[in-house]
Amino acid sequence: MTQPLLDVRNLSVSYRTKSGPVTAVRDIDLQVNPGETVGLAGESGCGKSTMANAILRLLPPGTRVEGEIFFDGEDVLTMKPGRLRAVRWAEMAVVFQGALHTLNPVQRIGRQIGEAIELHENTSQSETRKRVGALLEQVGLPAGRANDYPHQLSGGQRQRVMIAMALACSPRLLIADEPTTALDVMVQAQVLDLLEELQRDLGLAMIFITHDLSVLTSVCERLAVMYAGRIVEEGPSATVFSRPAHPYTRALIRAFPTIGDTASRMAPSGLAGDPPDPADLPSGCSFHPRCPVMHEECPHLDVELWPAGPDSRAACIEVRPT
Amino acid sequence: MTFRFVSRKVLGSLATLLFVVCFNFFLFRVVESDPVSALFRGRNISQQQRQQLQHDFGLDKSKPEQFVRYLNQTAHLNFGFSFETRQPVTSEISARIGRTITLVGISTLLSTTIGIWLGIIAAWRRNTPTDYVVTSTTMAFYAMPDFWLGLLLLAAFAESFRWFPTGGIVNVGSGATGLSHLVDEAKHLFLPGLTLTLAYLGEYTLIMRSSLLDTMGEDYLTLARAKGLRDATVRRRHAVPNALLPIVTLAAVNFGFVLSGAIAVESIYSWPGLGLATYNAIRAPDLPMLQGLFLLFSAAVIVANLAVDLLYAYLDPRVRTA
Amino acid sequence: MTAEVATPRVVGRRRIVWIRRRRALSRVWRMYRASKPGMIGLVVLLVFVVLAFAAPALASSSGLHAISTVQNPTWASPSKFGPLGTDNLGRTIGAQFLWGSRISLFVGLAATLLTMLIGSVVGIAAGFFGGRIEGVLMRITEWFLVIPFLPLAIVLASVLSRSLFNIILVIAITSWPFTARLIRAQVLSVKERGYVDRSRALGASRWHLTTRHIVPNVAPLILANTTLTVPIAILTETTLSFLGLGDPSRASWGKMLNEAFDAGAIGQHAWWYYVPPGLGIMLVVLAFTLCGQALEEILNPRLSERA
Ligand SMILES: Nc1ncnc2c1ncn2[C@@H]1O[C@H](COP(=O)(O)OP(=O)(O)O)[C@@H](O)[C@H]1O
Ligand code: SF4
Ligand SMILES: [Mg+2]
Repeated sequence: MTQPLLDVRNLSVSYRTKSGPVTAVRDIDLQVNPGETVGLAGESGCGKSTMANAILRLLPPGTRVEGEIFFDGEDVLTMKPGRLRAVRWAEMAVVFQGALHTLNPVQRIGRQIGEAIELHENTSQSETRKRVGALLEQVGLPAGRANDYPHQLSGGQRQRVMIAMALACSPRLLIADEPTTALDVMVQAQVLDLLEELQRDLGLAMIFITHDLSVLTSVCERLAVMYAGRIVEEGPSATVFSRPAHPYTRALIRAFPTIGDTASRMAPSGLAGDPPDPADLPSGCSFHPRCPVMHEECPHLDVELWPAGPDSRAACIEVRPT
Repeated sequence: MTFRFVSRKVLGSLATLLFVVCFNFFLFRVVESDPVSALFRGRNISQQQRQQLQHDFGLDKSKPEQFVRYLNQTAHLNFGFSFETRQPVTSEISARIGRTITLVGISTLLSTTIGIWLGIIAAWRRNTPTDYVVTSTTMAFYAMPDFWLGLLLLAAFAESFRWFPTGGIVNVGSGATGLSHLVDEAKHLFLPGLTLTLAYLGEYTLIMRSSLLDTMGEDYLTLARAKGLRDATVRRRHAVPNALLPIVTLAAVNFGFVLSGAIAVESIYSWPGLGLATYNAIRAPDLPMLQGLFLLFSAAVIVANLAVDLLYAYLDPRVRTA
Repeated sequence: MTAEVATPRVVGRRRIVWIRRRRALSRVWRMYRASKPGMIGLVVLLVFVVLAFAAPALASSSGLHAISTVQNPTWASPSKFGPLGTDNLGRTIGAQFLWGSRISLFVGLAATLLTMLIGSVVGIAAGFFGGRIEGVLMRITEWFLVIPFLPLAIVLASVLSRSLFNIILVIAITSWPFTARLIRAQVLSVKERGYVDRSRALGASRWHLTTRHIVPNVAPLILANTTLTVPIAILTETTLSFLGLGDPSRASWGKMLNEAFDAGAIGQHAWWYYVPPGLGIMLVVLAFTLCGQALEEILNPRLSERA
């Protein structure tokens, strides 16, 4: 049994807001082995980006983070600032959601990619330039694009730039936060293919975040489904997809019948109602107000992840061991 | 920067200038049907003087004829003769313009750089005592009428402590030349310059602070931190350049205000520039001088706006290539 | 208008709107009360408003005229005469200060109202009608924005006769473009929101859209902007009066400073003459600015997101 590359234990995150703390992530455990791809799915607002930012300690000051995040055996949450900066990007990199706002609008993209290389590998200017060109070509863009500003690129091209940037220092873990969400269908498929190919060729471990479950099955070995800040189901992606144990997972699957469905930016259509406000969660199983198969005790039930199959777990009364 | 972009901006400025020129005519000849008596309100002038003046102004001709004559003269930079000195307005202005450029230029330079610097400090140490001290002090300076601040400085440093001269540009009759003449002039420049700098510092500080705070929520700063950059580098390389953009626009608007401030401040310190000339022209009243000064001030602000538009395009690639 | 034939249903609807408005207002007030700078500004303002109203009771206006004060010493410091001393003509500074506050506040408020009126009408019309009307209106606004504020005010004040009303007019003419531009931007962003399209699709008239949707949504911004325009108007009045362009027959704080400077108060070290009016302006301007910023933070959605 190998040590997981990333081992998140009991992670809880509370944002500080004007109207008091808001808990966006509650008690999450997640392991990622070297070279493995884990999918993280759930509706918008369920805490996926919060997870991603917590792993690199990028949350805004004042946010309370509890639990442990071991990267290669070392707890990220207790790292000294210098060590943390060295780990960022060189070991773990992120492809952020929404590349338009994530790239600095007044800097050429070549400089933004090169910045990370220069910082972590102390390369010379000409060496950096060569590396940037090679990276751009690796993600299918001409090297000359390095001189462009972000607004001169299309959405798909920007996302490719983000990917090139994430690969710049050959990280061991890549967190892709909804890398295809803002793109149209054709481009979505292209970017997905690119990520899959790179992941395979480079042997990266990856956390792939999306609200579109169908995207994940082809990419990921394992899947975790989040609802209202908690993981409600996890297991091998084939199992979760073909035999979902949690009613929420079933609703999510129904919502996205085909890869890259055009309706993918809407809330899952198989599900009535809105996701709960994290500041005011329903009691018991937080899914109960929307659950089509709710039991009488669900509003008072302390759910936890119970085994739902040989290798999968779900947080629903229907799989509770008796 | 494309030729098209520049020429569009230049043409726009020319149109604005033309508007101001027409507006000037309208103001002085149409609003007041009888400028001569309006000017000499409360003073006696003989019938013959009156007719002479009306002839000098061309007021005995029809309005369209007057307009053509006015356009023609303005195009030749001929604004008539000052009532007070009987010299051409153009030569009166050109004799003084250098001193105002010195005063306004130095104060603008100082108030922008110091204001931006203070704004960065205040934003970075938001809600700390440093922030409170910086914002409340600059707010106080912002709230003072600029000439009152000038009066206070004059009273304190020139009248009571006698560290600086009370007014003028050099000590009368000192006959100093070379370096000591320059030192003398700098001493005379100090208090009016300090007044204008302090009076306009506040706005830059407050705008820079709020602009930087806005920028600090941007996703590209999270990306920069994720790359492993130090906080100071993130601020210098990514936050400040973006936050500076609104300041550039403000500088153009403010240039008009600083010119205005110079009118009152120059008159307090008898700094013999265009401001003092305006003050004297109001008192006289000296209509041709006022007209010429108004056109000049407007043209200066139009040119400043053009310069800022071009600078903005240089700083923000989104504008340049749009 | 069909007020006479209003059915109970319409009345009911009106009342609901009214109740909703009142609730929104009390919510704004609750948030405002939580802002310390905002409350400080409000208290300072109230003090000055009370002083201005009470001026006739506190100081007889005879103290403003040189002839009726010939008994008073000239250039008397506060320790020698009255609460605030006297000027070169023996007039009391206290009376001038109190009476001056009335003019300064009145001009500031009246000019702001006029500015808001012009600016809002132009801004709403431009944002709402769009097309060629918008193009023309915004072109004119841009032009006026570029003309430097004080030189224009000076020129206007020089060609117009010197009266209180003209000062108000001059300030409004020079300040409306800032408001117009701001309001237009806000109207455009309101128009982006779905319900305007929806009501238009339902056949609502332009007038209905403007009064029911655009104006109520722009009103909070107008309010915040008003509070921030008053200090600018007061400062402009002060500067114009200092340059000798104010109403010669009425004492304002700016005119006091003008007279103090002309009378050589600096050389006389008569700080009691030139400090109070400037301090008054500064405090009123600060107070309005603090109130305006507090309001803006509550009413401007973009700013209130900032923690
Ligand atoms: N900086 C923040 N301050 C306060 N609340 C936040 C912040 N960022 C996110 N949240 C809240 O936390 C919850 C989870 O957000 P997020 O992690 O972005 O969800 P997802 O990425 O799954 O859409 C949401 O309810 C969101 O409103
Ligand atoms: S625990 Fe109850 S409410 Fe929650 S998902 Fe299962 S059945 Fe539905
Ligand atoms: Mg997200």
